[in-house]
Amino acid sequence: MAASFLLILFFGKRVGTRATAGIGIGAVSICLVLSVGVAAQWIDRVNHPPEGAELVEQTNAAYGETPEDARYEVEAVTTESGETVDSQGEGTEGGTEGTDHSEEGTAVTGAAPGESAAALPAAGTEVAAAAEGEGGHGGESESVPPVVNTVTWFTIGGVDFEFGTLVDGLSAMMLITVSIISLLVHIYSTEYLRGDERFTHYYAFLSLFTASMLFYVLGSNTLQMLVGWELVGLCSFALIGHWWEEKKNSDAALKAFLTNRVGDMGLIIGVVITFFAAGASSFNVLHINSYALSGAANATLLLVGSLCLFAGVTSKSGQFPLHTWLPDAMAGPTPVSALIHAATMVVAGVYLIARLYAVFFSGLSIGSSTFHYVAFIGGFTTVMGGLLAFVQTDIKKVLAYSTISQLGYMVMALGVGAWTAGVFHLFTHAFFKACLFLGAGSVSHACHHTFDMREMGGLRKYMPSTHITFAIATLALAGIVPFAGFWSKDEILAGAANGQENAYTIMLVFGLITAFLTAAYMGRAYWMTFWGEYRGHGTPHESPKVMTIPLWILAAAAVVLGFTNFPGSFFGLELPEGWTTRFEHYVEPTFAFPPIEHAEFTPWLAILSTILAVGGLLAAYAYYERNLGPHGLTRHSRLASGGYTFLENKYYLDTLYSDIIAADTKGPLARAAYWFNQNVLDGIIDGSAAVARKVSGFVYRDVDQLIVDGAVNGSGFVSEGSGQLLRRIQTGKVQQYAAILFSGVVVLAGVLVFVV
Amino acid sequence: MLVNQFLFLGAILFCIGVYGVLARRNGVLVLMSIELILNAVNINLIAFGAMWSASDAGPNLSGQVFALFVIAVAAAEVGVGLALVLLIYRNRQSIAVDDVDLLKG
Repeated sequence: MAASFLLILFFGKRVGTRATAGIGIGAVSICLVLSVGVAAQWIDRVNHPPEGAELVEQTNAAYGETPEDARYEVEAVTTESGETVDSQGEGTEGGTEGTDHSEEGTAVTGAAPGESAAALPAAGTEVAAAAEGEGGHGGESESVPPVVNTVTWFTIGGVDFEFGTLVDGLSAMMLITVSIISLLVHIYSTEYLRGDERFTHYYAFLSLFTASMLFYVLGSNTLQMLVGWELVGLCSFALIGHWWEEKKNSDAALKAFLTNRVGDMGLIIGVVITFFAAGASSFNVLHINSYALSGAANATLLLVGSLCLFAGVTSKSGQFPLHTWLPDAMAGPTPVSALIHAATMVVAGVYLIARLYAVFFSGLSIGSSTFHYVAFIGGFTTVMGGLLAFVQTDIKKVLAYSTISQLGYMVMALGVGAWTAGVFHLFTHAFFKACLFLGAGSVSHACHHTFDMREMGGLRKYMPSTHITFAIATLALAGIVPFAGFWSKDEILAGAANGQENAYTIMLVFGLITAFLTAAYMGRAYWMTFWGEYRGHGTPHESPKVMTIPLWILAAAAVVLGFTNFPGSFFGLELPEGWTTRFEHYVEPTFAFPPIEHAEFTPWLAILSTILAVGGLLAAYAYYERNLGPHGLTRHSRLASGGYTFLENKYYLDTLYSDIIAADTKGPLARAAYWFNQNVLDGIIDGSAAVARKVSGFVYRDVDQLIVDGAVNGSGFVSEGSGQLLRRIQTGKVQQYAAILFSGVVVLAGVLVFVV
Repeated sequence: MLVNQFLFLGAILFCIGVYGVLARRNGVLVLMSIELILNAVNINLIAFGAMWSASDAGPNLSGQVFALFVIAVAAAEVGVGLALVLLIYRNRQSIAVDDVDLLKG
């Protein structure tokens, strides 16, 4: 992908638009094929995990150097059944046997957890076989170490700085997602950006973005992830501001980049803190994870580290305080929004949490609390995003807030310990949200490049393909059975309801409210756009096949993908073992991963959420299509209009950020700093200069002139005076000299004779 | 006889000589006084040499040898001194050593 970026950047203008697109599409296709290959290999690996010595060796390779005390005790992966408790006794015995086996063979300390983890589930599988009847799904997970290939770049002070890849289920899943959606966006963009003057530039950055996203998900250590993270931020900036001639586009791009920067500070600090928390020896992700789980890591460091990392997630994945850039980022081309802000970049933050889950799990004590920061922010974001989506007239902004809301779902899921649910939602959401965005692009393409829903309407007659795909994706997003969103969202709600040791009820409430809201605002968007009478000018037309085929592919995905994680038992329908929870089986890590509880499929929750979703859709239908309900409320009621204004101004967060924080820094703070500089600092310097002048003057006049020169001159005078005096003695008369000589001799003789 | 008498003689001659060196204006007279001093010293040396010879240590010629040396030196010195006086006379037409004070400071 990087090669494609460079190629397009340098040769794009010359080879023309078609070839450029060709290069880009070709490169992405290659990546897609490779990703599918990777996924296939990983699936094969999970089905036939490496055993024995191979396991030991690979475990060691994956860990890097793990100190003795980082060995973690893998408690038996839990199932809901109580029989596991008994098996734990057997399991640990089996585990110790395994440990003995390994210790006699190699001197590898990292082998012990791998072996014991492998031996434990061996005992657990028997239990699982027994417990299968109840749909428990714990004991199948043998420990499958991810494939890690690293090259040590340089070593400083005993710390290896590596450069390598880590492939496990999560990476494979992300690879496929990114590749597919990037490919579809590349194809879609050939039509959407036809005739654009910076076509090649756009494709160059699409390639760079895909390259950096793939680099990011393959990163084996946090430093590499940091590089990828920043790169995708950069590409986002370039792509959002693609039409930078209009000031609002470049402003939006700047806003995106700078808001991300604010969070990146937290990310960098978090990376450093996790490095130190993991014994200050390695940035390797698996090392950090296993260290965090072992209990050898400092709990405070883990907590602070995970909060700092979460600051990065807050900005990148549009969580509550730093989400303001996402809606404005809709100023970029729609395929960009589909790729970056629906499917891939914004999930970089979610991926970070998922990848370093042990750090978050141990640091925030996800396993044993009912309320903590990450889950709360996730939950709050879902509700907040959902509310804001109601007051938007721009269809892309509705989708942007929907993205914020769904990202909140994912973060909330990870926060309550439902790892698979969050990641699965990431997977499905990528597809149906991309479908929605591309559909919005298609709609605007038809309506002469407007995104305002007030100028749309009745488009179902003119754009059947877009209409149907948009409808399917809407149903998926709202969470209606049997579309993809239902399965993933329901898993999240079940996870919140079940929790780890305690249920996260507040998060459950947030999730349920948002389920209703999601259906409602999507229903509103759908009805305003595709039903009623066309309110715009001209005649809309269906988009060309190049644009609709990706829509169909994504819609199909939205329908089908939900079944990859079909729960063990669904209203009494039980499929054979090999058909259920495939996603979880292959994607959830079993290596350096905290022991999380998996929620069972709860029928009442599924029914409740479906009722809420359908209710939301019906409410939207009634309000917008049939004009029932409290229309004109905002005119009549001051509370309602005040609430509307509050929402319309995006909770005044933007005002807070730009007018209060930024302006205060620019205005009073800057002026105060200037005053300080001029008066205080310069005053000090000038004052010290004046003092120095006085002192030196004193020294010059009094000390140097008077004293020093006086001494020198005085000694001169003395010499001269004494010389003058002594001159008299020298008469030039030899006899006088002789006389003095003799008198001296006489004195000397007298001394010699009488005294000595 | 005791050596004292010779020593007294030598001392008196020495003192006269010193007086002459310091207080005479005539250069030649200064030189003569210097000769007087040297001869006084010679008397001293001979007297002590005789004293030694007369004592139990046996005949000894050291005093006389030394006196011979002094005579030779005196001769050389007079030669140089007279040459100096001659040159002074040639330049100044006078041999008053009082007037040779060009090195006066």
